[in-house]
Amino acid sequence: MSTNLLALLPELVLTITGVLVMVLEPVIPAGKSRKPLGWLAILGSLLSGLAAFYQLQIVNAQGTLTAFYSTIQIDPFSIFFHLLIAAVVLVTLLGSLDYFESPITHAGEYFALVLFGAVGMMFMTSSVELLMVFIGLEISSISTYILAGFRKGRATASESSIKYFLLGSFATAFFLYGVALIYGATGSTSIGPIAAGLAITRTPTMAILAVAMVLIGLGFKVSAAPFHVWTPDVYQGAPAPVVGLMSTAPKAAAFAVLLRFLFNGTPMLHGHWILLIEILAVASMCLGNLGALKQHDVKRLLAYSSIAHAGYLLVAFTGTHQNAVAGACFYTATYAAMNVGAFLVLSQLSGFSERIRSIEDFTGLALKRPGMSALLGFFLLSLIGIPFTGGFFGKFYVFSGALQNGHVWLGIVGLANSGVACFYYLRLLAAIYSRPTSDSVAYIPVRKVTAPAAVALAATALATLGLGILPNKLVHLVERATPTTTAAVAVQPTQQ
Amino acid sequence: MNAFPWLSLLTALPVVGAGVVLVAGARSDRAARFLSVGFAVGALCIALLLWHGFDVNVGGMQLVEQHAWVPALHIQYHLGIDGLGLSMLLLSAIVTLISLGASWKIEDRVPLYFALILLVEACLFGAFTALNFIHWFTFWELCLIPAFFLIKIWGGPRRTPAATQFLVYTMAGSVAMLLSFLAMYLAANTFEFEELATIAQSGRLLPSLAASSSWMHLTPEHLGLVIFAGVFLGFAVKVPVIPFHTWLPDTYAEAPTGTTILLTGAMSKMGLYGFLRILVPIFAPQMQSVLTPLLWMAVATVVLGSLSAMAQTDLKRIFAYSSINHLGYCLLGIFAAVRYAGSDAQLLTQRAAALSGTMLQMFNHGITAATIFWFVAILETRSGGARELSDFGGLRRNAPVLAGMMGIALFSSLGLPGLNGFISEFLIFKGAFPLATWATALCTIGLLITAVFILNVIQRVFSGPLQERHSNFLDLSGKEQMLLAPAIALMFLLGLDPQILLSHLNATVLQLTNTIKF
Repeated sequence: MSTNLLALLPELVLTITGVLVMVLEPVIPAGKSRKPLGWLAILGSLLSGLAAFYQLQIVNAQGTLTAFYSTIQIDPFSIFFHLLIAAVVLVTLLGSLDYFESPITHAGEYFALVLFGAVGMMFMTSSVELLMVFIGLEISSISTYILAGFRKGRATASESSIKYFLLGSFATAFFLYGVALIYGATGSTSIGPIAAGLAITRTPTMAILAVAMVLIGLGFKVSAAPFHVWTPDVYQGAPAPVVGLMSTAPKAAAFAVLLRFLFNGTPMLHGHWILLIEILAVASMCLGNLGALKQHDVKRLLAYSSIAHAGYLLVAFTGTHQNAVAGACFYTATYAAMNVGAFLVLSQLSGFSERIRSIEDFTGLALKRPGMSALLGFFLLSLIGIPFTGGFFGKFYVFSGALQNGHVWLGIVGLANSGVACFYYLRLLAAIYSRPTSDSVAYIPVRKVTAPAAVALAATALATLGLGILPNKLVHLVERATPTTTAAVAVQPTQQ
Repeated sequence: MNAFPWLSLLTALPVVGAGVVLVAGARSDRAARFLSVGFAVGALCIALLLWHGFDVNVGGMQLVEQHAWVPALHIQYHLGIDGLGLSMLLLSAIVTLISLGASWKIEDRVPLYFALILLVEACLFGAFTALNFIHWFTFWELCLIPAFFLIKIWGGPRRTPAATQFLVYTMAGSVAMLLSFLAMYLAANTFEFEELATIAQSGRLLPSLAASSSWMHLTPEHLGLVIFAGVFLGFAVKVPVIPFHTWLPDTYAEAPTGTTILLTGAMSKMGLYGFLRILVPIFAPQMQSVLTPLLWMAVATVVLGSLSAMAQTDLKRIFAYSSINHLGYCLLGIFAAVRYAGSDAQLLTQRAAALSGTMLQMFNHGITAATIFWFVAILETRSGGARELSDFGGLRRNAPVLAGMMGIALFSSLGLPGLNGFISEFLIFKGAFPLATWATALCTIGLLITAVFILNVIQRVFSGPLQERHSNFLDLSGKEQMLLAPAIALMFLLGLDPQILLSHLNATVLQLTNTIKF
C-alpha cells in the first residue's frame, strides 16, 4: 500500500462509508426504518478505528509516516486522536441508532453527516500544513452546523444551527486570517518551516498577531471563554447525542491542532502565547463554572460545564511540551468518555422530543429509572473529579503539569474552580435522588434502552471507570505521543 | 499471615457485601438487613484477627502490601497498619455495626441504604490502611459519596442543603490538600507518606520545595507554611476544628441517625488520623512555628464546642457539638506534643502521654458517641421523631433500663472515672499540662461545661414529671439490651483496663514521639 493511501486510510474508510450511506438512502422507501444505514455507518467507524490501529502498528515498526508532500504526518500523536475520534463516533452512532422515535426520512443524512464530520476531525489531527487543517476544520464544522439543527421545525433547533453557523464561520475566518499572517511572517503555512522561518523573521509582531488570530479561531471551536457565548444556546437546541459528539470530538481535534501549532510551529513565541493561554484558561474555568451555577436546563448546565472543562484542558498547555501533550491527550480522552456518556444518558431518557430538560424534571428520577440515574450520577461524579473515575486522574495530570512548570496560580484557580463546580453537578445529582414531586417524572414514559444503546452506555461507563482505576495503559501511550517536527517536514515542500 | 493480603481483603469485603445486599436484598428488606450485618460482622472478625496477630513490639508498618499502580506518576498501591491504623480499623468495624443496628427501622429503599453504609465502611478501611497519598486520597474522597447519598435520600427535612454543604466543605478542604501534596510531589518525587516523612525529618523537603516551585519569592520557610496550611485545611474541616466546623451541626442533625453514628464515630477520626499520620511526621516544624494559633484553635474547639452544646435543645445538635468538644481534646494532645523540640527523657514521656491519650480518646470517643447516638435513635423512634429536650421528661419511670444504660454512655462521655472517657482525657491532660500549660488550663473549662450539659440532658430526659404522650413509652426489649450490652461493656472494659488498647498503641506512639525533631 502506498504511503499516501496508508496515511489517509481511516479517513478514506469513513468517506467511502459516508458516500455509501448517502447513495443507499434514496433506495430505502419512505416510511421504512433507516436503521440499516445506521448499522452501515457503525461498521464504517469500526473499520476506520481498525485502520488507525493498523497505522499504529506501522508507525511502531517504521517510525513517523509523512505523505502528500509532507502535509500529512502520521505519528503516535495523530493516531491517538484518530482512535479517540473513531471511538466517539462509534459510541455516538450506537447511541443514536434508536434515537429517532419514528422512522423519519432524513435519518440517513444524520449518519452520513456524523461520518463526514469525523473525516474532517481526523484530517485536522494529522495535517501539519495549516491550509489542510483549514479544510479539515471546514469539513467537520459544516457537518456539525447541520447536525446541530437536526431537530427540524423547532425554533431552538434553528437558532442552534444558525447561531453555530454564523459565529462558526466568523471564527474560521479568524483562523484563516491568522494563517495568512503567519505566511506573511515566515513564508510558509507548514508547521516545520514556520518554526524555521520564525527564527529569522523580521516581522515578529505579525507572527504574534497571527498566533492570536489562530487562538481566537480555535478558541471558538473548543468553546474557550471569551469565545464561548454560542455554546449554551447551541447545546440546548441540538439533539442530545449530537451534543455529546460535538462537545468532545471536534474539540479534541481543535486541541490537537493547537498543540501541534503552538509547541511545534511557534515554540519561539512561547513567552507570548503562554500568556494568552493562561488568560483563556482562567476565563474559561471561571466563567464556565460561575455560569453553570445559575442554569436550570440540564443541557445548558452541561454546556457551561464543557466551557469550564475546556479551561482545565488549556491549563495543560502551560506544562512542558511533553507534559502538555500527555496531560491534554489524557484529559480529552477522559472528558470524551464521561461527557459522551452523560449526553447518551440524557438522549436515552428524554428521546428525540426531549421531554425532560430542566433540573426540576429530573426530581425523583432515581425511583423511576434507577439504572439510568446511577449511570448519570457516575458520569457527574467523574465530571466533578472524584477518585476512581477518569475525571480525577485527568485533573490530577493536568494540574501537576502546570505546577511543575511553575504555574502555581493557575493550579490554585483551577482546583478552586473544581470546588465550585461541585455545587452545580451536585444540584442535578441531588434532584435525581430526591423524592419525586407530583408533576416531575411521574408522567414521563419509560423508553426501553435498546441493545446498541446499552452497549454504548456500557462502553462509556467502562472507559470512565477504567481510566480512573487503571490509567496505566493510556498514560503510557500519551507519555510518548509528543509529536516531533520530522526532518521531512522541516524541509520546504518542493514547488510543483 | 504475612503473605496473605488481609488488609485488601478487609477493604474488599464490604464492597462485595454492598453488591450482594443490593442484589439479594432486592426481594426482601429483611434479607438486606441481615446480610449487611453478616458482612459487617465478617469485617469485624477480620479486624479482630488482625488485632490478635498484631506484633505489639513493632512500631513500624505491619502486613505491608505494595504494588505499582501508575508507575509513571509514582502512584503505588501501598497498604500497611501500625497500632494507630489497627485501632482505627477495629473502631470502624464496631461503629459500622452500631450504625447498622441503629438503622434497623429504616423502611425506605432498604437495600440501597444498607449497601451505602457498607461502602462507607469499605472507604474507611481503605483510608486507614493506605500509605500512598493518591491511594489514600482516593478513599478519603470516595467516602464522601455514599455519605452524601445517605444524608440526601434519608435525611431530615433540610437534608438537601445539609448534604450539599457537607460535601462542598469537605471537598474544598480536600482540594487545598491535593494542591499541597502535588507541590510536595514535584519537590520530592514521591507520594509515599513514609518517604515524605523521612525527607522532611532530614530537612531536605523545604530546600527542594523552594527549588521546584519558587512561588511569589517566598522563603523556603514561608513556602513550607503555605504547603502546611493546605494540608491542615483538609484535615481541619474533617475533624472539625473550630472555626472550620460550620457544616457539622446541620449535617449531623439532618442525617439519619444511623449515618450520624458513622460520621461522628468513624469519619471524624479520618481527620485526626491525618493529623497523626501526615501532619505530625511531615510538618512538625511548621506546626511548631504557628503553635500559638493552633493551641488557641484547640481551646476554641473544646470550650466553644461545649458552650454551643449547652445552648442547644435538639438532642442531635447537642451531641453534634459535644462531638466537636471531645475531639478538641485530641487536638490539644497533638499540638502540645509538637510544642518543644528535643529528646530528653522527661519530654519524651510527656509527649508519649499526650499522644497515647489522643489515640485512646479517638477510639473511646468513637465508641461512646456512636452508642449515645444509638440511644438518641431509640428515643427518636419510640417518641415518633421527637428530639427536643422539652419533648421528654420522666422517662426513667417507664424505662428504667434505657435510662440506666444511656446514663452509663452519657457518663462515659462526661469523663467519669471507671469508664473509658476518663482515662484518655486524663492522659491527654497529664501529658499536655507541662507542655502547654495555659492551653490545657483553659481546656479544663470545657470539662466543666461538658459535665453541666450532660447532666442537664440526663435530668431533662429521664427525671421530672412524665409527659402524657409518653405514658406508653416502652423500655428496652431483651433483644435491644443484648445488642447494646457489648457497647456498654466495652466502655467499662476500656475504663478499667485501658492497657488492652494501650499495649497495641505503645510501640507506635514511641516511634511517633521520636520522629518529632526539628
